[in-house]
Amino acid sequence: MIPEIGHFALILALCVALVQGFLPIYGAAVGNSSLMAVAKPAARTQFLLVLTAFGCLAYAFADKDFSVLYVAATSNSQLPLHYRLAAIWGAHEGSLLLWTFILTLWMFAVTLFSGHLPETTRSRILGVMGLVSVGFLLFMLTVSNPFERLIPAAAEGRDLNPLLQDPGMVIHPPMLYMGYVGFSVAFAFAIAALLGGNLDAAWARWSRPWTTVAWCFLTVGIALGSGWAYYELGWGGWWFWDPVENASFMPWLAGTALVHSLAVTDKRGGFKVWTVLLAIMAFSLSLLGTFRVRSGVLTSVHAFATDPKRGLFILVFLAIVIGGSLALYAWRAPKVGLGGSFAMLSRECMLLANNVLLVAAMGSVLLGTLYPLFLDALDLGKISVGPPYFDSVFVPLMVPAIFLMGIGPLAQWKKASVPDLAKRLKWAFGVSLVSALTLPIVMGNWTPLLSLGLLLAIWIVTTSAIGLRERLAHVNGNSLVERLASVPRSYWGMLVAHCGIAVFIVGVTMVKGFETEKDVRMNVGETASIGDYTFRFDGTQDVVGPNYTAARGTFHVSRDGRETTVLYPEKRRYPVQNQIMTEAAIDPGLLRDLYVSLGEPIDDGAWSVRLYHKPFIDWIWGGCFIMALGGALAISDRRYRLAWRRQEPAVPVPTRAARRKVA
Amino acid sequence: MKPRHKRFAFIGLGLLVLGVATVLILNAFQSNLVFFFTPTQVVSGEAPQGRSFRIGGMVEDGSLVRENDGLTVHFIVTDTAKRLPVTYKGILPDLFKEGKGAVAQGQLGVDGTFVASEVLAKHDENYMPPEVADALAKAKASGAQQSKSLVVPDGRKGSL
Repeated sequence: MIPEIGHFALILALCVALVQGFLPIYGAAVGNSSLMAVAKPAARTQFLLVLTAFGCLAYAFADKDFSVLYVAATSNSQLPLHYRLAAIWGAHEGSLLLWTFILTLWMFAVTLFSGHLPETTRSRILGVMGLVSVGFLLFMLTVSNPFERLIPAAAEGRDLNPLLQDPGMVIHPPMLYMGYVGFSVAFAFAIAALLGGNLDAAWARWSRPWTTVAWCFLTVGIALGSGWAYYELGWGGWWFWDPVENASFMPWLAGTALVHSLAVTDKRGGFKVWTVLLAIMAFSLSLLGTFRVRSGVLTSVHAFATDPKRGLFILVFLAIVIGGSLALYAWRAPKVGLGGSFAMLSRECMLLANNVLLVAAMGSVLLGTLYPLFLDALDLGKISVGPPYFDSVFVPLMVPAIFLMGIGPLAQWKKASVPDLAKRLKWAFGVSLVSALTLPIVMGNWTPLLSLGLLLAIWIVTTSAIGLRERLAHVNGNSLVERLASVPRSYWGMLVAHCGIAVFIVGVTMVKGFETEKDVRMNVGETASIGDYTFRFDGTQDVVGPNYTAARGTFHVSRDGRETTVLYPEKRRYPVQNQIMTEAAIDPGLLRDLYVSLGEPIDDGAWSVRLYHKPFIDWIWGGCFIMALGGALAISDRRYRLAWRRQEPAVPVPTRAARRKVA
Repeated sequence: MKPRHKRFAFIGLGLLVLGVATVLILNAFQSNLVFFFTPTQVVSGEAPQGRSFRIGGMVEDGSLVRENDGLTVHFIVTDTAKRLPVTYKGILPDLFKEGKGAVAQGQLGVDGTFVASEVLAKHDENYMPPEVADALAKAKASGAQQSKSLVVPDGRKGSL
C-alpha cells in the first residue's frame, strides 16, 4: 500500500509541475498576476508531494519490502538500517527520485527567499524549474519507476554493492546532487532573464548567492567522492580522471567560471551574455553528468541499468533542455546588450582570462570523456582515455589561471597599470620564487614540478596577504580587530576560497613528490619499512560483520622504536553477491597518512600487503572544504542578508560606481 | 587603443588560448595512444615490441602460478583461439579470478611473454570488460582480423 501512495504522489506531483511550468510563465508573458501567483503554492505543493514519495520509498527500504523491485534489487535483510536508507540512492531509479526531491527542495527555498524579487521574475524562475521537474517526473513515471512491484515478492534482496556500503556513500550523492541541482536555480534565473529581456546588475546580484551555494555543495560532494575512492578502493589514489569523476568535475569548472563571471556582471554590469551562457552550460553539464553516470552509458560502480527506452528518453530530454535554452539564448541574447568597456589590463580582463582558461579546461575534459563514447557509438572501436591525457592537458591550462588568480584581486576595475601592479606584487613574487626554489631542496628532493606547485601555492597566499593589507588600510576602525571586522564577508570569502586552492595545491604537490608505496609479502611477525615508519605484521584473525565475514590483519606501526599506531586492514567477503572487498586501514595525520591494505593470503598466514606513506594527502580534501567555507562566508555577506529582508525589489545603489573600489 | 583594436586583441587572446589548448590536446592524444590487441593478434606477431599496449581476454582456468616472493604471478590470457602467457608483479585486483575476464597493460617480452604493469578486473561478478567481450567475439568470428581498437591508458579506477 505504502509504495502505491508514493507512486500516486509522484503522479500528482507531475500534474502540479505541469501547472507550475506553464501557467506562471504564460502569466508573466501576458501580465496576468493571478496566473503568476500560482507559482509559489504550486512549488510548495510539489515539494510536499515529492517529499511524500521519497518518504514512502524510505519506508519500503526500512521495512525490507522486497515486493518492490527496486528495494529487492539494491538491499538485503542483512544490510544495516543506515545502509538500507542510503541504498535509496544506490541505483538508478532512486537516484532520480533523490534528484527530483532535491530539485523541489531548491524550489521550496526559492519560494522562501524570493520576497525581494519582482513577481514576474519569480514566476518565471519557478516556472522554468517546474518544467525541468516535469522532465524528471515523466522520466520516472514512464521508464524508471522506483515503486514498481515485484510479484511474487522476492524472499531476499540482492543487496547493495559492497563498495557502496560505506559512510562516505551515505552523504556523497546527496551533496553532489545538491550541487548539480543547485545550478538549476542559476539556470532558471538565466532563462527567466532571457524571457524577460532584463539582464542587469540586480539580476546578477540575485542569482549570485544561489550559484555560490550550489558551488559549495558541489565542491564538498566532489571532495567526499574523492575521499571515498581513496580509502574504499584500496589503491590509495584520490583522483583517477575516471569518466564518472569527470562528469562531476565539468559542472564544477563551469560553475567556478560562472561564480567569477557573475562577480563582473554584479559589480560592473559586464559579461552579461557570457554569464547567461555559463549558467546554461553549468546546468547542462550537470544534467549530462547525472544521466551519463546513472544511465549505464558508463560502465563502473556508478552505472546500473541499460535500457534503450531510457537512453532515448534521456537523449530527447537533454536535446529539449540544452537545445531549447541555447535556441532561446541565440534569439534573445543580442537584445541584452554589452556591459561597460574596460582596458586590456583590468580586473575584468583578468576574470575574463580566468573564464576562458576554465572553460578551455572544461572543454578538454569534455572531449577526453566523450570521445570514447563517440567512437564506440560509431563502432570505430573501444578506447578509454586516462590520466596521462588529462594531466598533460589540464595542468598547463590551470597554471596560468592560478598565476592570474594572484594578480586579479589586486587589479583595479576598468583599468589597471603594470608598474603599479608590479610595485605592489614584487615582494609576493620574490618571496614565492625563493621559497619555492629552496623548500624542496630543504626537504631533500628537488623536481621542477615540486617547485612549480609550491610556487603557485605560496603565490596565492602571499598575494592574498597583500590584498588583505591594502584592504585594511582603507577601512575605518581604530584597532586591528575592529578593522578586520569591517572588511566585508564577501571579501573574506574570496580570500578563504583562494587559500583553499593553495592548500589543495600543496597537498597534490607533496603527495606527487614524496609519496612512497611498497607491495610486499609479509609473514607473521615480519617487518617492513616505508618512509621513517616500520610496520610489523602480527597475522590475521577472522571476524564476522553484520553482512560479511572478514580476515582482519594487525599491523603495529613504529617510528624510531616508539609505537605510533596499530592498524587493522580487512579483506571482506560479502556472501550475497559473493564479492571480495579490500578495506584499507589508514592512520590519518596533518602531515602524512599511513595506509595499509591487504592483498591476498599466500601460505602459512603470510599475505601480500600494500603499504603507503602519503605526505600531506589530507590537505587535498582540506583545501576543498576550505574553498567551500569561503563560498559560505561570501553568501553570509551583509548585502545578501539585507536584500532578503527587504520586501520590495532591490534597487542598484547608484553611489556604488562613484565610490572608488580598491579591491 | 580604439574599441575596434581592443576587440581584435580580445579575439586574438581567445584564439591563442584555444590554439594552445588544441595543441596540448592533440599532443596528449598522440603520445598516449595505446593499442588494444587480442591474444590471437599478439601470438601472430601483430603487436609492437618495445611499446606499451593492452590485451584482454579470459584468465585460463588453472593457469595462475605464484612465485615464492608471493607477488610475482604468471597466468594465461586466452580469447579461446590463442593463449598468451602473462607475468605480473604486484597485488592483483579483488575480482581477478581464473575463468573470468581481465584486461592487462604492459609490454611484450622477447620470449613472447606479456609483462604487465597493470592488471584490471571489474568489480562485478557478471561484468565483462568490453575489450574482453570484443576479443572473444573476434576470436569467434575467425580471429585474424585487424583490430581497430585504440586504447589510451586508463586509470586504476578501471580496476573497479
